[in-house]
Amino acid sequence: MKTLEEIKKIREEKRKELDLRVNTSADTREKHILVCHGTGCTSSKSPKILENFRRIIEEKKIENVRVIQTGCFGLCAKGPIVIIRPEDVFYAMVTPDDCEEIIEKHIQKGEIVERLLCKDIDNKTVKKLDELNFYKKQKRIALKNCGVIDPENIDEYIAFDGYKALEKVLFSMTPDEVIDVVSKSGLRGRGGAGFPTGKKWSFTKMAKGDQKYVVCNADEGDPGAFMDRSVLEGDPHCVVEAMMIAGFAIGANKGYIYVRAEYPIAVKRFQIAIDQAREYGILGKNIWNSGFDFDLEVRLGAGAFVCGEETALLESIEGRRGQPRLKPPFPANEGLFGKPTLINNVETYANITKIILNGAEWYASIGTEKSKGTKVFALGGNVNNTGLVEVPMGVTLREIVFDIGGGIPNGRKFKAAQTGGPSGGCITAENLDTPIEYESLQAIGSMMGSGGLIVMDDSKCMVNLAKFYLGFTVDESCGKCTPCRIGTKRLLEMLTKITEGKGEEGDIEKLETLCKNIQKASVCGLGQTAPNPVLSTIKYFRDEYEEHIRDKKCRAGECKALMKLHIDPELCKGCGLCKRNCPVDAISGEVKQTHVIDSEKCIKCGTCISKCPFHAIKS
Amino acid sequence: MINLTINGKAVQAEEGSTILEAARKVNIDIPTLCFLKGINEVGDCRMCVVEVEGRRGFATACIQKVEEGMVVKTSTPAVIEARRIVLDLILSNHDRECLTCTRNGNCELQKLAQEFYVDEIEYQGSRNEYEIDDKSPAIVRNFNKCVLCRRCVATCKKLQGIGAIDCIERGFASQVSTYKNKSLNDVNCTFCGQCIEACPVGALKEKDSTQEVWKALRDEDKYVVAQTAPAVRAALGEEFGMEIGTNVTGKMVSGLKELGFDKVFDTNTGADFTIVEEGTEFLDRFQNGGTLPMITSCSPGWVRYMELNYPELIPHLSTCKSPHQMFGAVIKSYYAEKMGIDPSKIFVVSVMPCIAKKFERTRDDMQGAGYDDVDAVITTRELARMIKQAHIDFLNLEDSEFDAPMGEATGAAAIFGTTGGVMEAALRTVQEKVTGNAFEKLEYEAVRGEQGIKRAEVDMNGKKVKVVVASGLKNAQTIMEEIKSGKADYQFVEIMACPGGCVMGGGQPIRSSKERATIDIRSKRANCLYSIDEKSTIRKSHENPVLKKIYEEYLGEPGGHKAHELLHTSYVERQKYLLDD
Repeated sequence: MKTLEEIKKIREEKRKELDLRVNTSADTREKHILVCHGTGCTSSKSPKILENFRRIIEEKKIENVRVIQTGCFGLCAKGPIVIIRPEDVFYAMVTPDDCEEIIEKHIQKGEIVERLLCKDIDNKTVKKLDELNFYKKQKRIALKNCGVIDPENIDEYIAFDGYKALEKVLFSMTPDEVIDVVSKSGLRGRGGAGFPTGKKWSFTKMAKGDQKYVVCNADEGDPGAFMDRSVLEGDPHCVVEAMMIAGFAIGANKGYIYVRAEYPIAVKRFQIAIDQAREYGILGKNIWNSGFDFDLEVRLGAGAFVCGEETALLESIEGRRGQPRLKPPFPANEGLFGKPTLINNVETYANITKIILNGAEWYASIGTEKSKGTKVFALGGNVNNTGLVEVPMGVTLREIVFDIGGGIPNGRKFKAAQTGGPSGGCITAENLDTPIEYESLQAIGSMMGSGGLIVMDDSKCMVNLAKFYLGFTVDESCGKCTPCRIGTKRLLEMLTKITEGKGEEGDIEKLETLCKNIQKASVCGLGQTAPNPVLSTIKYFRDEYEEHIRDKKCRAGECKALMKLHIDPELCKGCGLCKRNCPVDAISGEVKQTHVIDSEKCIKCGTCISKCPFHAIKS
Repeated sequence: MINLTINGKAVQAEEGSTILEAARKVNIDIPTLCFLKGINEVGDCRMCVVEVEGRRGFATACIQKVEEGMVVKTSTPAVIEARRIVLDLILSNHDRECLTCTRNGNCELQKLAQEFYVDEIEYQGSRNEYEIDDKSPAIVRNFNKCVLCRRCVATCKKLQGIGAIDCIERGFASQVSTYKNKSLNDVNCTFCGQCIEACPVGALKEKDSTQEVWKALRDEDKYVVAQTAPAVRAALGEEFGMEIGTNVTGKMVSGLKELGFDKVFDTNTGADFTIVEEGTEFLDRFQNGGTLPMITSCSPGWVRYMELNYPELIPHLSTCKSPHQMFGAVIKSYYAEKMGIDPSKIFVVSVMPCIAKKFERTRDDMQGAGYDDVDAVITTRELARMIKQAHIDFLNLEDSEFDAPMGEATGAAAIFGTTGGVMEAALRTVQEKVTGNAFEKLEYEAVRGEQGIKRAEVDMNGKKVKVVVASGLKNAQTIMEEIKSGKADYQFVEIMACPGGCVMGGGQPIRSSKERATIDIRSKRANCLYSIDEKSTIRKSHENPVLKKIYEEYLGEPGGHKAHELLHTSYVERQKYLLDD
């Protein structure tokens, strides 16, 4: 147990000690080697890198060097990432075998290991993180501590203003004042729907109930999204602290965090954070003699996407099948175990401590009129810099894709980007300059979503894209209501039919009618938004649908069933390589004569294309 | 009261009522499918969607509570389109072999399809195909017809407190299933059949026994005897469009005779045997320090529930067989002997309001006279089907009497078919035996009525006898927990598996969700039985002259050796879940 005074002392001493983490001219003889331990880098052996560094340092008896595990730096495409502070030198794609060289050259001789430096999109070699275009337009609020502190060390969190916001609300604010600050900050739910956070807190505070709960939704399920995971892995205490502040504000003394079991590192670090907070007396009874009690529990999800829907999540916490409840009543009035419950998503909580410490005006000064602050995106797909980015609201998609993301690889053209995952829609080139904010994204048929952002180049077929997302929804529908259970299945079947060249006139209109009714008649957000990928691709790429149906053609070449391979007689030299490699004997021809593909037999496997030295096989 | 507008009409509705209830009050109907009042109020099927001004998306009429100033539109073109598509989707994944479906003509989905004039499925697609589960002797499940409304799941879990079935898988693969997807036969199902009553379509049905009965009737060697349970006469008329609760005893007997049964007896006579035997057993336990409380055993769903869930309390269960089993044993012994008929040629058909009786018939220790007490059990619904097959003009049948000598029964036996009836009948006999006085007032109001649990105290020569009556297995569980924990000080307990007793049995005519929500079916059927009792000249089982004669001539003393051989049975501990595989 630590008293508030002791915590303050830790903050003061540790902050000095860790100044080098954020200050390149810090007054220190120490060096810190930071090794990313997010899920991405961990799967690329970053724990082995950390182990090697420590072993080498010990063997060589080097002093004043510490090796620290951190959360995600963001540029996952270049992982595993190692950063050396205070000089802030940034090594990319490090392997365990590189450790020796880094120690010998960088640590012992002060030389930079040039070959491990990162090359930016413009081919310039970059030494420091901040010099990368990737970081220039970013603003880290939710991710402030990610990549700076050791997420498994509460002292490091405390050093960087950790639990200071809690102290502030407990000793100098009333619950109403806390809610007022959150309201005035303009923070909106980062789970995707963008409901004003302050309003939600205020509803839950006003609800009558002998027991209230605070819940954190960490059931991040959108394919390709990993914002919340990164926050939990890189800075778990900031969520613990925010949930406590929320508990104080609404009058709850118990919190649950619902995390998917597929996030083992996040689960482990969050549990460590809870244990450490309890050990310090930050969680528990009568915290710092303030009279405020609060405790937290972790609940694991079993991987159902629908459990990210708040009421299904509550059902799951209560031990039942994860199926949504009908609203109203809303969780603010009847939530967990029938009690008033506040549910926010991880990223929403990750903003709270900063808002409390820096004030509502500060936060509200960032972003646009209706969308304040920053948004974290998991940038993926056909873009050079895949990874985690946090940008102020109002930046354009063009800035994210081309300035931060470094544009489209392999010289291909940007075709569309999908935000909001399977619930969202596509954004086309003509809308690239739309500012990222809740309303403007909705206006162009997409949505903010929780932060998945998938970029697609012109090799992607939009009918196939809709089919992909519907496949996901069909798998993840809980099966409770008819429109989602059977309707999405029928959508998928119709899309499959179209991509197989069996589409008929009228199919597009049938799709639209079904989509519209699934949106309106489904019970929960999953079903209500499931048709979005279909409707938005029809809206912007109707001609591609028509081509599939009328001309049996897929311009992107993704729909194999529509592919017809033929050999260009001008280019064919009759070498016979294609014939020998065809697995179904669909190619015939004499040596040095033009070969021919029997389209009846051809299974469009593409082997011949890859084998032909003369690029004579065309689709 | 809440003021709202529905389709332009100003409506007043009670606070807490739903849009559906408010609309029905002013004769505006909203279609439903998954809704089952008080049991399945979940809004899953989406048939009842309506528009509420100022709301994004549709509201769910069956559960959405009315609010002051609410403006509801129940049949806008947008609403109709959505319902039509929802219906189309359900039908697209439904085995639409209506002609060969038990529920043809009494199917809520079929009715909706008619109303919406669905002449073609617009969104055709793949269908789930499942094997039919017909392993149990009582219930057949055909998932190919299941619409996933989950009325059965809620009935089993919420109404009966069993939870033998629930949903597995998700999305399009969702399926109502059992523990490890086993047959109902091999899990904790009690065969109460309430799920069948809840099913809007033909996904759940009784195991049909009419073919066996027809076969016996065709067999000239067989002496085919029908016996009919008390509750059947209060409901059979419904199958022919008659008012709920009409007493059709006379027509039922005529109908059975026209079908070709050699004799038509009244299970009520069997019920009188049960009272005399059970009363004797109770007195013995009560006066000689036997295991108390004693619990009735005439509801086979209840008996199975007890064997599955409270085997340690089996000594509390009366060893009396249920009335039709007793009666079958008497027919195959006393009656056969008296009439000089080879008992092996007698084929006893029980017409029952019950699904679990089909299972009970197959139990061990149900061969009192050396032969199966009962050879076939058909439900009220199956009897109606046989009458319809024979093209008997039921509505215009003349009344007939049950055949002598086994057709004489008391008013006490008639009320066996409703919750509290067995207790009331038993009290009439036991109280008189103990006190030696003939009571003038025979109505024990405390054990009548719709409550799931009814407690009462009866004075017997200064000794208080505490009794409790429970119907519905969830209520039974409450009582059993009281007994198990030692908190209960009852001496006599009546339990019926079906909520409301046999009149609401799983084999009774199936009423739609709307009828269940708007009509008090239980009271109407129960009142029919109470009125039969009231009109009876003999209203106490021990005064039944037929019984007196049979005891004198054949059985000896009630509870005696011969009576035990024929009229009592034994119980077994059952595994709730077979864990072997």
